Amino acid sequence: MKLDAKIPEGPLESKWTKYRSKVPLVNPANKRNLEVIVVGSGLAGSSAAASLAEMGYKVKVFCFQDSPRRAHSIAAQGGINAAKNYQNDGDSVYRLFYDTIKGGDYRAREANVYRLAEVSVNIIDQCVAQGVPFAREYGGLLKNRSFGGTQVKRTFYAAGQTGQQLLLGAYSALQRQIGMGNVQMFARHEMLDVVVIDGKARGIIARDLVTGNLERHFGHAVLLCTGGYGNVFYLSTNAMGSNVTAAWKAHRKGAFFANPCFTQIHPTCIPVSGDHQSKLTLMSESLRNDGRIWVPKKAGDTRHPNDIPEEERDYYLERRYPAFGNLVPRDVASRAAKERCDAGFGVGNSKQAVYLDFKSNLINKYGRAEAAKLGIQNPSMEKLIALGKEVVKEEYGNLFDMYKQITGEDPYEVPMRIYPAVHYTMGGLWVDYNLMTTIPGLYALGEANFSDHGANRLGASALMQGLADGYFVIPYTIGAYLSSEIKTKAIPTDHPAFEEAEKNVKSTINQLFSIKGSKSVDYFHKRLGKIMWDKCGMARNEKGLISAIDEIRALRAEFWKEVRVPGSADEFNPELEKAGRVADFLELGELMCVDALDRKESCGGHFREEYEEDGEALRDDDNYKYVAAWEYKENTQWNLNKEDLVYENITIAKRSYK
Amino acid sequence: MSGTMNLTLKVWRQKNKNDKGAFATYQVKDISPDMSFLEMFDVLNEQLISKGETPIAFDHDCREGICGMCSMYINGRPHGPLKGVTTCQLHMRSFHDGDTIVVEPWRAQAFPVIKDLVVDRSSFDRIIASGGFVSVNTGNTKDANNILIGKEDADEAFSAAACIGCGACVAACKNASAMLFVSAKISQLAMLPQGDPERKRRAENMVETMDEEGFGSCTNTGACSAECPKEISLEHIARMNREYFGAKFTSQNVK
Repeated sequence: MKLDAKIPEGPLESKWTKYRSKVPLVNPANKRNLEVIVVGSGLAGSSAAASLAEMGYKVKVFCFQDSPRRAHSIAAQGGINAAKNYQNDGDSVYRLFYDTIKGGDYRAREANVYRLAEVSVNIIDQCVAQGVPFAREYGGLLKNRSFGGTQVKRTFYAAGQTGQQLLLGAYSALQRQIGMGNVQMFARHEMLDVVVIDGKARGIIARDLVTGNLERHFGHAVLLCTGGYGNVFYLSTNAMGSNVTAAWKAHRKGAFFANPCFTQIHPTCIPVSGDHQSKLTLMSESLRNDGRIWVPKKAGDTRHPNDIPEEERDYYLERRYPAFGNLVPRDVASRAAKERCDAGFGVGNSKQAVYLDFKSNLINKYGRAEAAKLGIQNPSMEKLIALGKEVVKEEYGNLFDMYKQITGEDPYEVPMRIYPAVHYTMGGLWVDYNLMTTIPGLYALGEANFSDHGANRLGASALMQGLADGYFVIPYTIGAYLSSEIKTKAIPTDHPAFEEAEKNVKSTINQLFSIKGSKSVDYFHKRLGKIMWDKCGMARNEKGLISAIDEIRALRAEFWKEVRVPGSADEFNPELEKAGRVADFLELGELMCVDALDRKESCGGHFREEYEEDGEALRDDDNYKYVAAWEYKENTQWNLNKEDLVYENITIAKRSYK
Repeated sequence: MSGTMNLTLKVWRQKNKNDKGAFATYQVKDISPDMSFLEMFDVLNEQLISKGETPIAFDHDCREGICGMCSMYINGRPHGPLKGVTTCQLHMRSFHDGDTIVVEPWRAQAFPVIKDLVVDRSSFDRIIASGGFVSVNTGNTKDANNILIGKEDADEAFSAAACIGCGACVAACKNASAMLFVSAKISQLAMLPQGDPERKRRAENMVETMDEEGFGSCTNTGACSAECPKEISLEHIARMNREYFGAKFTSQNVK
């Protein structure tokens, strides 16, 4: 199949404006007869549902949590990027576009990313209008901070809870539409299949998680806003319930899955403390603004960090990447931490950690500035620390509390111990410029699609993309499809395609119960996670990937013979939910390895040990400058379709942060 | 870290909303002090599954203290013994070897039990739907910096907006009042110019919905704020009362 990204003609700067003005419209009377299903209620889902309902469409929203406000966007910490140039530091739409393409290691689509940068400014306006309490200066203007992979301050934030505040903004817009009767909300519902009729997405099968009933829902279009698939690794910063099921069911029905191997390993997470670990917790990238990362210069140094003098510390990011220092992009920072730990310089009990130290900025940057403001001459060290602490508390207070709660150590006194962990997935369902997948009428928004971040996402860009897709892209692009659907009457859900889809869902559920094996779902999930982390994690190689594929196949076979799902299907049954999700992860894991094996280059989050130069990723633009869009065949066989990436506005270069 | 612990758990089991429910007693062994409370429950559930019993249903998702999904009432306190901490961020180092721990669901008429420790908090969503927003459609905006908001007001609005909607305030209150939750939203928007045009309608509608949902009255005991994992201040209740009475005295839409 030839992939058509449907990128509008014309110069980059005017593609979106022109397209937006020419895209077919649906008149208000017709909108009322058009139904849109939105699966997922995070930033992308809530913002899309609210905006489409405001426009007059009939919307149904589904989420597996007990309320749309719980979606994992809520946990995003550091901030959201926008090319406002409020700081007068040289930012522009073009610079945000350029940073994002470069940050993604030249594996993203130019037109999509430019549009993202363009609408970024509207997002901030929208959120402020909703009452999102961003951080402000005394004069009442908005405040910014910097993030990795950029040299300007363009990140808007609300302490370390930016995702929460943005999601609550979108959630309140959604609740308003629910209250007005324009959106029907289905919380504690999980989508278990997409219904395709005559080649078009026409609805979904959902399970009411409280009663266990299977439901059929029709929609003229279906939007998957279901997030990423990082939980394939078992341990990740994702929420416990985050899963790939909706996207995977769509994939099995014909939606191509793009760049599945592009996984973001975030450099600053709290290290694993033991086998009981159920998830990992991020410490925001924004902390790298004020924290300096180091390890002892001597391998195996067991001294307390506060006893190691300055000259015996190796600030390895500042040493290796003087231009960006501690603010190199995530993939670079993660690999550098792994390199130091593998070489024996790791710290803490596990030796799988590095220090993130705030002491020097606490004293020198904030303490001294505050002392100067207050006119304190020759402040004592204690005074400086106390003053600095106040500022840091305001910027990141909740993060410091969280760290202390989890580790039992006070990061104001002792440097944080951090280690990389799975955080975000750049890969996802392939979409065209309209955000439509290869199934007509089926869209993917936010982290669930692959479109904007290439092989590595820059910090504070996930929130930007989720809201861009939901507030400002889909409301326009969906018209291109729905304008041709105005004559389609709602299809009754006793249509054979609905019957068939529901029958399949039911039979999978019955099969899971019938196994009555001896091992829990978590047992399999943990084993899958270990295979993925060891062989398809921060560093990959041919031998490892080939063996991972065999191991995953064997594990999948064992799962379908040995898993035990307690209880029954007609009740609230979290083990059944998990079983279905892990079954899908067991297929996705294989595809990720297949994709990683195919991509014989290193780029962004995908680091193949065979392709490196002085420890830096070695890209191969001649052979791999494409999006790998995988088409599902039967029995976990895939066909590779390539979308060639064309760079007309950016000169591709070696990505350097030195 | 000190050694592992053995604990006795008394956990509320209730098959569904119609079941009467009862406490069941379980033993867990070799619990690491570094485990979170929910990870300890994972261990218990694995035990139950391996014995062919039904695992305990409990709500949880982000496990970083921000989604508001986790909701256990531990030894008579919502989210357990620590101040400003959700159940998912409570770690076993807060307990001792040999302890008996009692775990119940949130108990309130407006939060019916779904199963075991899982309750239905959709009443909160309905309260927000009745007024917890600024009526602004997508795109109807001006440049963000055209709205000036002093830092103090922005900070105060943020401290109210930090509410995670977990319902601990209701569970802690002897009257099962939702005043802290409702006031956090009313107060946030009352502090900001964007919320001003709708402030009266908002206060009236949200309070009315709160009452309809079956939450109790506020008697200013303060247990809500004391137990709130985000330490939402009682001041917001005071501000909400001011907003509500102000609205009622001048209301155009008396019902």
